[in-house]
Amino acid sequence: MTRLSSAQRHLVRFTLNGKPVQGEAEPRLLLTDFLRQTIGATGTHVGCEHGVCGACTITVDGELARACLTLAVQIDGCELRTVEGLAPAPDRLGVLQAAFRRNHALQCGFCTAGILMSLDHYLRAHPKPSEAEIRDLLSGHLCRCTGYTPIVQAALEAAAELAELSRSDHRDV
Amino acid sequence: MGVEGIGASVVRKEDRRFITGRGRYVDDIKVMGMTHAYFVRSPHAHAKITSIDVEAAKAMPGVVDVLTGQQIVDDKVGNLICGWAVHSKDGSAMKMGAWPAMAPETVRFVGQAVAVVIAETRNLARDAAEAVEVHYEELPSAHHIAMAIAPGAPQLHPEAPGNIVYDWSIGEEKAVDEAFAKAANVVTFELVNNRLVPNAMEPRAALAEYNEAEEHFTLHTTSQNPHVARLVLSAFYNIAPEHKLRVVAPDVGGGFGSKIFIYPEEMVALWASKKVRRPVKWTGDRNEAFLTDAHGRDHISKAEMAFDADNKILGLRVKTHANFGAYMSLFSSSVPTYLYATLLSGQYNIPAIYAEVIGVYTNTTPVDAYRGAGRPEACYLLERLMETAARQLKVDPAELRRKNFITSFPHQTPVIMAYDIGDFGASLDAALKAIDYAGFPARREKAKSEGKLRGLGFSCYIEACGIAPSKAVGSLGAGVGLWESAEVRVNPVGTIEVLTGSHSHGQGHETTFAQLVAGRLGIPISQVSIVHGDTDKVQFGMGTYGSRSAAVGMSAIFKAMEKVEKKAKKIAAHQLEASEDDIVIENGEFKVTGTDKSIALPMVALAAYTAHNLPDGMEPGLKEGAFYDPTNFTFPAGSYICEIEVDKGTGKSTIIKFVAVDDFGRLINPMIVDGQVHGGLAQGIGQAILEQAIYDDTGQLVTASFMDYAMPRADDVPSFEISHTTTLCPGNPLGVKGCGEAGAIGASAAVINAITDAIGNNKLDMPATPDRVWHAMQAPLQQAAE
Amino acid sequence: MYEFKYHRPATVRQAANILLKNEDAKLIAGGHTLLPVMKQRLAAPPHLVDLSHVEGLDGIEIKGRSLVIGATAKHADVAASAIVGEAIPALAELASLIGDPAVRHKGTIGGSLANNDPTADYPAAVLALGATIVTNKRKLKPEEFFQGLFTTALEPDEIITKVSFPIPKKAAYIKFRNQASRYALVGVFVAKRPSDVRVTVTGAGSEGVFRVTAFEEALKKRFSPKALDGIHVDADGLNSDLHGSAEYRAHLIGVLAKRAVEAANAKPEKELPEPDPTQPSVG
Repeated sequence: MTRLSSAQRHLVRFTLNGKPVQGEAEPRLLLTDFLRQTIGATGTHVGCEHGVCGACTITVDGELARACLTLAVQIDGCELRTVEGLAPAPDRLGVLQAAFRRNHALQCGFCTAGILMSLDHYLRAHPKPSEAEIRDLLSGHLCRCTGYTPIVQAALEAAAELAELSRSDHRDV
Repeated sequence: MGVEGIGASVVRKEDRRFITGRGRYVDDIKVMGMTHAYFVRSPHAHAKITSIDVEAAKAMPGVVDVLTGQQIVDDKVGNLICGWAVHSKDGSAMKMGAWPAMAPETVRFVGQAVAVVIAETRNLARDAAEAVEVHYEELPSAHHIAMAIAPGAPQLHPEAPGNIVYDWSIGEEKAVDEAFAKAANVVTFELVNNRLVPNAMEPRAALAEYNEAEEHFTLHTTSQNPHVARLVLSAFYNIAPEHKLRVVAPDVGGGFGSKIFIYPEEMVALWASKKVRRPVKWTGDRNEAFLTDAHGRDHISKAEMAFDADNKILGLRVKTHANFGAYMSLFSSSVPTYLYATLLSGQYNIPAIYAEVIGVYTNTTPVDAYRGAGRPEACYLLERLMETAARQLKVDPAELRRKNFITSFPHQTPVIMAYDIGDFGASLDAALKAIDYAGFPARREKAKSEGKLRGLGFSCYIEACGIAPSKAVGSLGAGVGLWESAEVRVNPVGTIEVLTGSHSHGQGHETTFAQLVAGRLGIPISQVSIVHGDTDKVQFGMGTYGSRSAAVGMSAIFKAMEKVEKKAKKIAAHQLEASEDDIVIENGEFKVTGTDKSIALPMVALAAYTAHNLPDGMEPGLKEGAFYDPTNFTFPAGSYICEIEVDKGTGKSTIIKFVAVDDFGRLINPMIVDGQVHGGLAQGIGQAILEQAIYDDTGQLVTASFMDYAMPRADDVPSFEISHTTTLCPGNPLGVKGCGEAGAIGASAAVINAITDAIGNNKLDMPATPDRVWHAMQAPLQQAAE
Repeated sequence: MYEFKYHRPATVRQAANILLKNEDAKLIAGGHTLLPVMKQRLAAPPHLVDLSHVEGLDGIEIKGRSLVIGATAKHADVAASAIVGEAIPALAELASLIGDPAVRHKGTIGGSLANNDPTADYPAAVLALGATIVTNKRKLKPEEFFQGLFTTALEPDEIITKVSFPIPKKAAYIKFRNQASRYALVGVFVAKRPSDVRVTVTGAGSEGVFRVTAFEEALKKRFSPKALDGIHVDADGLNSDLHGSAEYRAHLIGVLAKRAVEAANAKPEKELPEPDPTQPSVG
């Protein structure tokens, strides 16, 4: 059993986008603050403090999570993926990222990281989504700029392209 | 390279950093020695501060300092200003109460800052903020217009008796009275324009640094107009002189008007950085955004329209009460006056208009420009009135509009605006076709057989954008000119930097502005960088709001480009031993027409900077600046039609189809234009069916989180059908009109007109929540009785 | 958030011990209810006991004539479970309607029930299906368990371990969402059980989830939407707030109940024997 006292900082070790990382956190430190301030991975954003806007969405051990409703100490030993890990290579965009760009699915870019993470997670498991399914998924995110239409378009296009690629066994979302 | 010039849907240059998590927003910036600010805020809507004790808080772990409103006053930091002087109809100046950045004596809305804790971490600052002991003596408060103007209402500011800021009017009252006297029919209508919270997804933030040795400040902040912020902070708030203050607005996560203004928190962060001699960061949370970002709309209006026997409009009379909240925010005074009542002619030939606007103080968050700013309120009023008229006069709503459209241009309205160009019939026709208007009755019947109520609603909007001709707005009371600036720098090897006073916070200027430059020179947009948002880099400029960046900002770049090209042609002609008049620019080459002689742009640039062989008397270098001041507003206009289905059992409205046909003049990047329309429509639909800021009986904002304030989500809005008709704007060199606000201006009326059409009851205010619609359905005979 | 000590027990017993020793300690599973409240500083538990590493609490299985769901089973797991989909499809649908996908991947059935939010979805199913709430100490019937707004019968060191749902003949849940929060403005769960019919309502009651016995009696006679014609729910005692008046909520209960019956009737009826009252339903 693990017991962490309140005022002290505790070592949290985890994997971030495939690389081992560690940092110190007091129990009340949120994962968003930990990632952004301690680790320096500022791609994950904070748009509300109550788990509605979805800007902070990441995956923890392969499951979607809102980093603003997760404690840093809770992810000790976990595997995290964030927007910084989406591109297959520094000079190459993933299929979903490219679809976002092509469809103008982002404007100010603030909510984008969380939406990309949700869609990336979803499309891995659901290769043939309908528009209604995509809109349901996106209902966990707030975007004030796009009106969502181009995001839905980008998601559907990415899904189709991934389905095509998966026939040749290629899985960079 | 024409594929990347004006008119091409080029993918955005800025996207790469956003989709890889490499954007740089204010809260992403961390500097050595940085402290964190947390504000102590008023829990009361109206109260006297009887004492503040900061000693316990100062003793808390990690606390650097605790500062209060009295210290702001003692340091002679200026009160917040309102930058547009509006006069009442009796000629008197508007009546302004003082707004200190932190309240020393009296608080007038829930959330108003009274003190700030500066500490080593945000958590520690917040811990200590709870230890600041503030004692209040509660005062009676007024949170709605009706409460504030009632006899014996609590008085907010001694300067404004009866809580009236101004009682303003526009148009000819007598002419309108005469029009009504000869009317065959009069249509009257009362409405509420619901209060909204802008909710840009990035909360406001500020990082202030003071360099003691240089006596220099740097402020990174979430601003739509960093130069204006610097001007106001130095000229009016006395925190730093302009040349000792650098304001940077890096990537900004949406604005929608709310980041135009210079707020107390940013002021205090800047001031505090000198007090504590350490960098101070403040990042608002969503609750603070709800409580302190300037809200939008909040009108109560009564309107009457007179028609002749042929259903032609004779006159319009409007009386509006506008809620300003507790203090006059930066541009608030202009919103319900010069940005609202001047648009009350809409797309229609209305011979006589008279509008009165009474601005009212209430114990609520200040209200200012929010996407559309005044123009959505005008459109909503007018388009509901037109739909009501069509129902009352029993004529087709499209035909009633068409009959009254302005068809010849230029057209001078009775309320200042001179429309330069438009073709309102064309956009209405296109919209009718897109929605399949002829097929609607059959669709309605089919829905009825399935137990659903279907309705159709129109909205033919016009807006005044490209804000704004400086002389004109100056004569109306604006405290600033509204031109824009640009500088085009051709570097020695031919790459180009464009410094613009416009600011991009989602609009894609780094792409569209580059398209203009690249297209003119025939070079790839990758060769062009757009520099904006930093007062140390960019010459003074006015920023981005009022759909002005293309019409005004790009026109400035256009002018600067003309100068650059002129000089470059001279150099090229000199190098090629040809006449300047024979030089044409194609694909990045300066060519002598009719010959095979040419010189590439990099060689011209290099020649300009080596200066070894320039025409006699020519200065070295290739860099030109320009200021562009528009000669008129631009007038984007369009027709929106919404088809909606209402669930009889629950009152829930579902948008079946939404058609938007806009005339924005020339489109620089159609993909980006569509994006602006999509987002605007979602905000307009949000206002119509979801969003509303509500204050309870004690002046608490009860919709202060996303759990209570309904934002449009992906399953609330449909995929939109967008198309364009085009009349080129004659007022600027590019023929552009602006597209940033249209959707938010036009959408709401179309949605509500559709719902009221579906349920057969015209008495319905926004937001048309299922509860409200269901209640309205319970009295379906009201409309017939009218 | 205020400061707190963080505990990560490996077993339910360890967790219960921490609760026993530390007054005001709070359990956390998905954290989607507790953490927002703590972030707003409206709750300040000095100890947080994280159940997410306790093994074996998230199973989903059939035991006899009941569907048994472990307390830390996530909403997404329940929604996607073939076992749930086969046994009580209405429950899978209900789980799929909770919050949004990110919420469903974190939120747990145990957390939802322990919180007893008056607008949460699960309480409607638990009460309608007559589920048994199993804790580390005892078994509780819904009537005992739910005790009003955010209040349950749970003792300070009591931890929900699983919930056992008797399988109904047919059932359906219809939710009408609060447009802002996506919680239930009104949610109606209808269950046709071997012995009776139950109609429960969440979102509308000022004391939390409740049954509509007038509907139940009418539906027991004839399980058809028409059976509810002319029966109205009294608006007295229902929630009235900025999202919906009591009158509107009362109306919605009737509309949604009819739709729930219709939805239930669209599914094949399960062949179930009459219950044996001598047999406890929980394994």
